[in-house]
Amino acid sequence: MGIDLRMPLGALFGVLGLLLTLYGAATRGQPGTEPTGVPIDLIWGVVLFAFGLWMLLLARRARQAPKV
Amino acid sequence: MTTLHWIDYAIMVLYFAFVLGIGAMLRRYVHTSEDFFLSGRSIPAWVTGLAFISANLGAQEVIGMGASGAKYGIATSHFYWVGAIPAMVFVGLFMMPFYYGSRARSVPEYLKLRFDEKTRGVNAVSFAVMTVFSSGISLYAMGKLLNLLLGWSFDASILVAGGIVLGYIFLGGLTSAIYNEVLQFFLIVFGFAPLVFLGLRDVGGWAGLSARLAGVATDNGFAAGAYTRSWAFMGHASANPVGVEWFGLVMGLGFVLSFGYWCTDFLVVQRAMAANSMTAARRTPLIAALPKMLFPFLVILPGMLALVVSSTAVRSTSVAAPTPAAAAAPAVASAAATTTVALSDPGAEPREGIVPPKLDPRTGEPLRDARGRVVLDYDLATPMMLVHFFPAGLLGLGLTALLASFMSGMAGNVTAFNTVWTYDLYQSYIRRGAPDSHYLAMGRFATVFGVAVSIAAAYVAASFNNIMDFLQLVFAFVNAPLFATFALGMFWPRATGHGAFSGLVSGILAAAVHHGISLPAGAHVGVKGGYLGVVTTYPSELAQTFWTAIAAWVTCFVVTIVVSLLTRPRPAEQLHGLVYGLTPQPTDDVKRWYERPGPLALIVLTLTVALNLIFF
Repeated sequence: MGIDLRMPLGALFGVLGLLLTLYGAATRGQPGTEPTGVPIDLIWGVVLFAFGLWMLLLARRARQAPKV
Repeated sequence: MTTLHWIDYAIMVLYFAFVLGIGAMLRRYVHTSEDFFLSGRSIPAWVTGLAFISANLGAQEVIGMGASGAKYGIATSHFYWVGAIPAMVFVGLFMMPFYYGSRARSVPEYLKLRFDEKTRGVNAVSFAVMTVFSSGISLYAMGKLLNLLLGWSFDASILVAGGIVLGYIFLGGLTSAIYNEVLQFFLIVFGFAPLVFLGLRDVGGWAGLSARLAGVATDNGFAAGAYTRSWAFMGHASANPVGVEWFGLVMGLGFVLSFGYWCTDFLVVQRAMAANSMTAARRTPLIAALPKMLFPFLVILPGMLALVVSSTAVRSTSVAAPTPAAAAAPAVASAAATTTVALSDPGAEPREGIVPPKLDPRTGEPLRDARGRVVLDYDLATPMMLVHFFPAGLLGLGLTALLASFMSGMAGNVTAFNTVWTYDLYQSYIRRGAPDSHYLAMGRFATVFGVAVSIAAAYVAASFNNIMDFLQLVFAFVNAPLFATFALGMFWPRATGHGAFSGLVSGILAAAVHHGISLPAGAHVGVKGGYLGVVTTYPSELAQTFWTAIAAWVTCFVVTIVVSLLTRPRPAEQLHGLVYGLTPQPTDDVKRWYERPGPLALIVLTLTVALNLIFF
């Protein structure tokens, strides 16, 4: 109905991923930011960002595909 | 108490902005009441499928399944692999043709078309009351948790969450709720997956978890594998932490309760009814079943892990005292230490756990069971995992996922409520024949009303805890016999309205009577049962619940058949599209073989059997 859900989905996770990646990169190695010894903010930020991009890409492809 | 950083707040605010933004964007597509209540039957199957499970993914699921994971171990997966997937396959394959094909706008309306007005009335009234109270209970749980975990104000938490849910449903109706449920689904997956990863890494993978839980199992008087094997100890109720034997489990949970919920509850069925074709409606629960069968790893594992992860390795200092009641604070602050004492056993695998003890609300001291051991507050297992393992940033994501789970459950209840209220109660009994715009306006008003009652119910729950226990008990009685009514209605043309009605009522009574004459071991007579005199006792509360459901179902089934045979049936031509055998088989409009409901159902069932065998 009206809006391809993959657009807002892609946008939300793209922005969330970017935010988390940048924060993870900026605070890398600071005390208290990696309680488990894994730079999890950075890693997961990239994962979210990639998922967001993928959703946006799918939405774009669907929009460009000729209507049957 | 955990303090949040700006990044955590930023993530939450961003999410809330998106949620409301979607509602605002969809507003211009809502013109008729069918747009508002049924999304104009225009949503693709993958979207309705994810919304189907997300609407069910309320607080009970994320917090409750984590709690059960900590309490029962991997056997909690029975709530998925036995208690959900088979029923989801059944509703998709066999029942959706009648729900979607009859063009009924709600589940109670199907009952009206198939049986009669009184059967619809009973279902519509009980369902409407149940939805607003369920969403109230969920709001209450959220307010309490945020207060305990983050020190947020109870009032502000539930008002803001209720306000946001109200905002996006008011604007965009069911479509907005469904779109947001999909957003919430992904948020919950992405918010909890790293928790499982970090937790498993901490304990040394599944092997490490099994080894540590073996110690917990033997401490509690079970065989070593009782927490990590789902079927092996189901032979007798006393051999497994769930306290149920396989027959009660399969019949009570797997058949009566599960089919009663997934096949008849309008909250989930409404999502499938919004699909854009019959095939899409049938595929909705089947698509939902694929992620659903993997959910145990996402929501149960954190609870199991919380029992045994090392409490000192990470930043346990930040999980300090919550402030709600001054008396509660010191005891929770020492939670990790107390838990360690309670669970440790020299000579066994090293294990500690981060589940805090349950506190006596009067004294603030940890509660102890009959054997003098500290009783753990299992509901805090998953939230404790979040604050224990996540750094700033990811913690914001995890908490947002938790909030999303509360909101999706609430939104599911509110959209189901406004539809049943408007179509089944208002349009049927209060004002018939008004123009469509009137019912659209009534739907928006019912949304405001539903949220307001939910918030009021949350306060009632906060002041009288027993009232909510009592209400949930009544809902359980009302729901238990439902599947018998629907199954007979859909597959037996001879079933009559009088039969259905008397079956439902006697099923509800049977549930109340069975509950009244039975008591779980160690419980006191009262809301837990036994109020008609204790005739039988069950090893656990779950066993009692399952057998109560079985009693209700059998009674409803038998009474419906007997009364139907004694009353006059409806002529067959009035039952077209409503009953199996009098309805043409639906045809599939998809191209690829695996997209067809039949093969998809086979794939789902095969995978479910495989999962049961892997964790047998």
